Amino acid sequence: METIAPPTLNYLNNGHSLSSWLLTRDHKRIALLYLASITAFFFLGGFFALMIRLELLTPAADLVEPDTYNKLFTMHGVVMVFFFLIPSIPAVLGNFLIPIMIGAKDLAFPRINLLSWYIYVLGGLFTVVAAISGGVDTGWTFYAPYSTSASNSHVILAGVGIFITGFSSILTGLNFIVTVHRMRAPGLTWFRLPLFVWAHYATSLIMILGTPVIAITVLLVAVERGLHLGIFDPALGGDPILFQHLFWFYSHPAVYIMILPAMGVISELIQCFARKNIFGYAFVAFSSLAIAIIGFLVWGHHLFVSGQSTYAGLVFSIISMFVAIPSAVKVFNWTATLYKGSVSWDSPMLYAFGFIGLFTIGGLTGLFLATLGMDIHMHDTYFIIAHFHYVMVGGAIFGYLGGMHYWWPKITGRMYPEGWAKFACLNIFVGFNLTFFPQFVVGYLGMPRRYAMYAPEFQVYNVLSTAGATILGIGYLIPMVYFAWSLKNAPLAGPNPWGARGLEWEIPSPPPTENFATTPIVTHGTHQYAPSHEVGIV
Amino acid sequence: MRSALSEHVEKEQFPQYPAPVAIQPAGTGHAPHHPYLQHHFDNMAQQMEASTLGMWTFLVTEIMFFGGLFMAYLVYRHQSPQGFQEASHHLDVFWGTLNTALLIISSLTMALAVRAAQTSQKPKTQVMWLVSTMILGAGFLGIKAIEYTEKFRDHIVPGPYFHWEGLYPKPAEQFYSLYFAMTGLHALHMVIGLGIMTVITVMAWKKQFDGEYYTPVEVAGLYWHFVDIVWIFLFPLLYLIGRHYHAG
Repeated sequence: METIAPPTLNYLNNGHSLSSWLLTRDHKRIALLYLASITAFFFLGGFFALMIRLELLTPAADLVEPDTYNKLFTMHGVVMVFFFLIPSIPAVLGNFLIPIMIGAKDLAFPRINLLSWYIYVLGGLFTVVAAISGGVDTGWTFYAPYSTSASNSHVILAGVGIFITGFSSILTGLNFIVTVHRMRAPGLTWFRLPLFVWAHYATSLIMILGTPVIAITVLLVAVERGLHLGIFDPALGGDPILFQHLFWFYSHPAVYIMILPAMGVISELIQCFARKNIFGYAFVAFSSLAIAIIGFLVWGHHLFVSGQSTYAGLVFSIISMFVAIPSAVKVFNWTATLYKGSVSWDSPMLYAFGFIGLFTIGGLTGLFLATLGMDIHMHDTYFIIAHFHYVMVGGAIFGYLGGMHYWWPKITGRMYPEGWAKFACLNIFVGFNLTFFPQFVVGYLGMPRRYAMYAPEFQVYNVLSTAGATILGIGYLIPMVYFAWSLKNAPLAGPNPWGARGLEWEIPSPPPTENFATTPIVTHGTHQYAPSHEVGIV
Repeated sequence: MRSALSEHVEKEQFPQYPAPVAIQPAGTGHAPHHPYLQHHFDNMAQQMEASTLGMWTFLVTEIMFFGGLFMAYLVYRHQSPQGFQEASHHLDVFWGTLNTALLIISSLTMALAVRAAQTSQKPKTQVMWLVSTMILGAGFLGIKAIEYTEKFRDHIVPGPYFHWEGLYPKPAEQFYSLYFAMTGLHALHMVIGLGIMTVITVMAWKKQFDGEYYTPVEVAGLYWHFVDIVWIFLFPLLYLIGRHYHAG
């Protein structure tokens, strides 16, 4: 490997003024703006989670009032879903990497990209103001008619925040779709694209098709609260079930907005650290699209106990199980890729292993919940809390952290202390499982979600959970510290510290503002580690 | 602690791997280019394709956005077809028809404006078609204002002052909730459209558009036609429910 000295002029030192950051059109700088803001929201959401876990240490509502508790879990959900999980991987890693991975100088619409960050921040401000001025107590789901008529909390303010942030997500998705269609370098055919890009393409489809529906739904809730138009409130002639349908038409696909990009990250990590091409490239690529498409047809499984007809329930139950097929394709193909691979145990790969195990548990428990009879028992218990945290935290956050470790040397030009990274990963894995595994059990035993108080026999599980959450919280803080430390003190990474294959590893770290001096011509796909006659793809 | 870096340098030395993805210079790089070509595009055709695809994608999101309202309309009309029919008869078909005509003509003048830019006609011609489009759009909004005023006067705006003489007051209130939500959102899109057209008209006046570069007119045109088409659906759904029964 020839060593290339870090470029004297790169995207980080090309302009130092505040306006060179706040008015930048460089996708890499915008990615860092997103990184800073979503990290802030992550710790805000984490603070709410910490308060929830502390309250649940004892069966009585002694730390906070039940009203406050309602606001805590609402704000935890709103912040984590809309302001951390949905933008996390796409807006940070996707923004930074997609143009580089396809050999482009920037996204198709750089100004819209910057605009989407400002929209995100504006939406975030509304939500923070809603939180400070008294909070929202409806749950992140804003179910009508409680949200439209009964709740006295700041529903409109939080709703406007979500409405605005939705447009940031729409614009990001739009930008990615046009970029992947129109900006690929010569020779970079669809089936040579990195799987990370395929995953983001599928994610973008959900963003542009789903997000407008939540936007109009939240808008209608606000209009109903403000102007008394009767859309969802039965007292005004509306239908609250319609709200649930519209809400979940977006919010179920939204969980695939969170998990698909993480799956894209894992595909990259597995190939790099097993030194093998993915097993069944086309299957993995199309499974992303299949998840995106089938994901739009399953929202009714949130309404099994809401008065939806039994036949609708049956259909939604079956289609929900279909989602398991493309998800399993991914898990099996990653595992098959490891077979006879030259596997190394660097910290990004540890996150990838964690992802595969935890996502499998999260996915399989999803099948329990998709089963009509089981769901009636499990609905609104801690079992479902554990299920989606295994997918959202064990899946999405593991993917995000794995990706951050893998591409950190590319983003900053510096390595990070590997020993600490392994320690933090182990910490997060142990803390996570200790937090959420007991919730499967206590949920199955019947502890309902969203209450500040619970029966005394559930206390042991809740103590375990709170202890785990503490370890998990410390695990999140460690990477913050060593990433910050690495910016000045860690050794230089060089263009390709992992010996990986892909366009992003062939330009200097940190990349120059224009990414490529001249548009590259691509002759084959990424991650071609094996001799070409064994690869069997274009 | 062994650094991850050295571990992988060893791995790199497997001999049988093919060369990494090749980076070769493509094209000449810095040929003289059009003043409106943004730096991250290779050529004008790529820029135009990206912009139009971007607008089409945006219009898809708009379909989903309005789709939520159309869904609500479908559900409530299915629940109370007679109520919706009764409520619909209080809308003025004359104004609705006139507005439909105005918007269809405005789509024609918009298409002519795009054509004028594409065929490099004089800026004056381009501006003429654009301004006609704006006048027709403003006319639409003026008529909408007259209609809204009538609804306020007759107390058929949903809310505490809603008053209905017919057989189905609840469905009627719901119908008018949807009427105001749908036409209001549509009118908001018209206002945004007029704002966009103002910018485009100024650009046309400054002689920025010709056959080589007319992307902004094209993209604004796509948006304008979309807003027009939304109205083509709103008009029969809101104004014409059950009218054919009376015609015999």
